Amino acid sequence: MKCSIASDKFRRKFAEQIEEICGERISLCYQCGKCSAGCPVAYAMDYLPSQITRFAQLGLIDKVMKSSTIWICASCQTCSVRCPRGIDLAKVMDALRILAKRKGIVPKEQIAPLFDGIFLGSIEKYGRLNELSLITKLNMASGRPFKDVSLLPIMLKKGKIKLKPQKSNPGKEVRYLMRKVEKLESK
Amino acid sequence: MMKVAYYPGCSLHSTAREYDISFQLVCRKLGIELQEIPHWVCCGSSPAHVTSHLLSIALPCKNLILAEEMGLDTVVAPCAACFNRLKIAKQEVAEDSKLKKEVQEVLGKPSAGKIEVKHPLQVIIEDVGLKKVEEMTRRKLQGLRVASYYGCLLVRPPSVINFDDPEDPQSMDNLVSALGGEALPWAFKTECCGASFSLSETDIVFELSGEILNEALEAGAECILVACPLCQSNLDLRQKGIEKRRGKKFNLPILYFTELLGLALGMSMRQLGLSRHIVNPSKLLERKLAVT
Ligand code: SF4
Ligand code: SF4
Repeated sequence: MKCSIASDKFRRKFAEQIEEICGERISLCYQCGKCSAGCPVAYAMDYLPSQITRFAQLGLIDKVMKSSTIWICASCQTCSVRCPRGIDLAKVMDALRILAKRKGIVPKEQIAPLFDGIFLGSIEKYGRLNELSLITKLNMASGRPFKDVSLLPIMLKKGKIKLKPQKSNPGKEVRYLMRKVEKLESK
Repeated sequence: MMKVAYYPGCSLHSTAREYDISFQLVCRKLGIELQEIPHWVCCGSSPAHVTSHLLSIALPCKNLILAEEMGLDTVVAPCAACFNRLKIAKQEVAEDSKLKKEVQEVLGKPSAGKIEVKHPLQVIIEDVGLKKVEEMTRRKLQGLRVASYYGCLLVRPPSVINFDDPEDPQSMDNLVSALGGEALPWAFKTECCGASFSLSETDIVFELSGEILNEALEAGAECILVACPLCQSNLDLRQKGIEKRRGKKFNLPILYFTELLGLALGMSMRQLGLSRHIVNPSKLLERKLAVT
């Protein structure tokens, strides 16, 4: 595979940003591939988890952020348990997603980040998750309006979703909490 | 009587009501008093930890503080995802003074960090003890063939969770054996079900949960036992879709361990809310255990 690597300074900066968010040092990775071997989602990824670590070491931000890998990592932590270098790769994947969201370079075709945003919106509003609005809003946002609609009647019948959202009293407190987090992080 | 703070989390108030119902009933029977944390908020689950590290720690800490204010020393969280996030938040704040300061700034007050976070399985195995559970059993599981499925978040990361084995856990299997069931050895106990991708990347859930159902069936299971509402939902609600895709019938009921325990302690299917499952377990249970 042919690709140009980033300058030394840039590489270091990227690694530092990752370490600042999650405390993990990607420079420790020696490319054994154990993480990729055990990753249950590897079959659907465009690059293997170990390749992502290598790209990150080389400072190839674009390649990392645009890969499907970091967005469809299921956070199962199998890689983290098995890495012989003690890298918590699931945390690195989190850090990469966080960085992409901060930099505003989330690929449009990825649905998981839409899900994250709508989920957090529900918590901000109600203090708790409201499944029904999550399903409908996600369907609209991802351009799949009828996805899972056939499951709704049985879910309602079995009491698995409610029409009325569940709320936590300090709903406003959560909004306040989230604002404060945002403020602190933008410092 | 043991008294603990109860953090149900969003799922147990919606998609996993039967987990909530069965857990509360079982606790009453075993002499554990649950006190739901007043005004608890969502733990943030995966959407928080893939969006903001600070938020993913602050939300669980908010709940830990609320639980501490109840004056109790243990909080129990039946959802493996909530359990995982509460444990991680507690540990990270204890180890990272900068993070602790930031959390304090966000929440306006510190968490004492003293409260213990437990999963119901831990409470039942470590605090009540299988011996006592066995003595209280009124209805043996009669060799019911059970594949215990633990998933990811109940056992990983082991350095934080500190309970059971991360690759080959045994706690639910031991419970099944104590209740007179047959705990099947199988290789997919801690494989991922697709977790929170149920709505966003459903194909991944079809694939991963499909493999789990398939392995369980091959191992001879009559049902799968779970301890997490996300696992339950992926394996139960998506089972029909998986059957269609693979062209294979599984018809495997996905039961919470609290439901099987409740049955063994003499409760009825109706009491335990078992009619809420998508794959109907009643035929199997009537045939094997003669319950109604
Ligand atoms: S298991 Fe660890 S050391 Fe090996 S390739 Fe993956 S991240 Fe690198
Ligand atoms: S945490 Fe992500 S990268 Fe690691 S094994 Fe699981 S799905 Fe793969």
